[in-house]
Amino acid sequence: MEKRPRSFYVLASFFSLFLLFLYGPTLTIGLLSFQGPKGGLTFPMQGMSFNWFRELFEQQAVGDIWGSFRRSLTLGFMVMITTVIVSVMAGLAFRKRFKGSALLFYFAITSLVIPSILISLGVGLIFNQLGFKVHWATSGFGSQLTWTLPFGLLIMFAVFNRFDKSFEEAARDQGASSWQVIWHVIVPIIAPSLIGVALFGFTLSYDEFARTLLTSGSYNTLPLEIFGMTTNVTTPVIYALGTFTTFFSLIVIGLFLVIVWLLNKRRTLSVARTKEAA
Amino acid sequence: MRMPRDIIAYLQAAPLMAVLLTFLIAPILMIVVVSFWGATEFSIYPAFQFDNYAFLFGSPVTYKVFFATFKYAFITWGFTLAIGFTVAYFLAFHVRTQMMQTVLFLLCTIPFLTSNIIRMISWIPFLGRNGIANQTLISWGIIDEPLEWLLYSDFSVILAFVHLYTLFMVVPIFNTMVRIDKSFVEAAYDNGASGFQTLWHVIVPLTKPGIMIGSIFVITLVMGDFITVRFMSGSQKANVGRLISNDISLLQYPSAAATAVVLLITVLLVIGILLRFVNIRKEL
Repeated sequence: MEKRPRSFYVLASFFSLFLLFLYGPTLTIGLLSFQGPKGGLTFPMQGMSFNWFRELFEQQAVGDIWGSFRRSLTLGFMVMITTVIVSVMAGLAFRKRFKGSALLFYFAITSLVIPSILISLGVGLIFNQLGFKVHWATSGFGSQLTWTLPFGLLIMFAVFNRFDKSFEEAARDQGASSWQVIWHVIVPIIAPSLIGVALFGFTLSYDEFARTLLTSGSYNTLPLEIFGMTTNVTTPVIYALGTFTTFFSLIVIGLFLVIVWLLNKRRTLSVARTKEAA
Repeated sequence: MRMPRDIIAYLQAAPLMAVLLTFLIAPILMIVVVSFWGATEFSIYPAFQFDNYAFLFGSPVTYKVFFATFKYAFITWGFTLAIGFTVAYFLAFHVRTQMMQTVLFLLCTIPFLTSNIIRMISWIPFLGRNGIANQTLISWGIIDEPLEWLLYSDFSVILAFVHLYTLFMVVPIFNTMVRIDKSFVEAAYDNGASGFQTLWHVIVPLTKPGIMIGSIFVITLVMGDFITVRFMSGSQKANVGRLISNDISLLQYPSAAATAVVLLITVLLVIGILLRFVNIRKEL
């Protein structure tokens, strides 16, 4: 291997600093959430304890944390499944040049760049004027989709731009119907990317704040609950909650990555077997 | 049975269209309509008047707040671009194995999938009056008294923006860079270009689409934000998003809607300009 240039070391240090910048604050509140019972919001640590986590699990005075966690979880799954299905369908549609595809594409881009508060305000106004009650599972759900679907669609574009069409042509030549081609050829090939779309769908929904603000009604999702806490909770219990939900996100991300890894591994194995057999 | 291709395409696109029509287009139209309505202290009523816009454009606060919004967007854009480009350049051109590249890239993207609000809160122990930054600076003897402008200031607002949104630069820039044919770079070196010349005349121009996409993300996210500014400035600074959210909390929906319309037009104009430089669908 050739020797690394000096610029490598400069850039590598820059990159390390960037990672420190990204993760440092989160790790700090992770540490501070183990603050002793008398400790405050900053260092020094007054001993180490699980006090604030205990408070999080026991006391309900800090709000309806578990209720909001359950709601965020349910909503996350709803958004995830919808995002995967709708994005794949739209991705397939965009491979054929249908009339109005440009318009739909511009709608999707608008959906991505529109200030979130406009969605919140607009959906809230519509529901109010029609006399419907805003609820996280209806108006909240739809509002979050305007954020997750464009991401899903962009990922599908990236996937289909690199998609080798000869596989489906081969299937079609063998007499497979369009439905069979989608289900038995396309979906298995793009499966790892679908896991990616699912991950985006779930986590973006689970953490979404601005688009849910005016559209979730009287029952808060977890990010709304946390934001409410920032104005009236002045103990490290808020760090404990932050650490808890970040930890939960990391587990979800890890889970998805393992699934992608397994899918890829299975594929390389089966490719290797096919080659051996041939 | 085979259906015509067009019909299949429409059926496949229908769910996306339905969601966007209901939760994007209809709300935008609703906001435009309500921006002409009137409001009492407790309710809003249908009307067709330009009062909301007249008030908006007649108030000096509006111009100040729009200026602040552009200021935040511009400064954040500068920092995220510089940091994002450097990080992406390192990943794309200096990390040798693809395995390592993937791992480091994932490390950069994971925070994007965690809560923004928690990531904002996590700056408090750093920047507060008795926070880590002040304590460190005092113990090093650089300052005698705690700096007051670290938290609840423009500084903390921009810091949080950069912290939250640099990923949106890293990802598209990296995505474009890894697809640059390495033989261009070698050709430049072979013809005697210095490292900097290669960077400036070969890599930067080829990375432009990624830079544009990243810029669109960062600028729109910052311009549309209301929560970061509110939280990180301790409600002491304002941008357009906060103007809207304040009106909403006072139930002044028509006024909020008028501001929202102006904000949307502004954002779309900026995007329109940036989109002239890049074809997004081709670049994915």
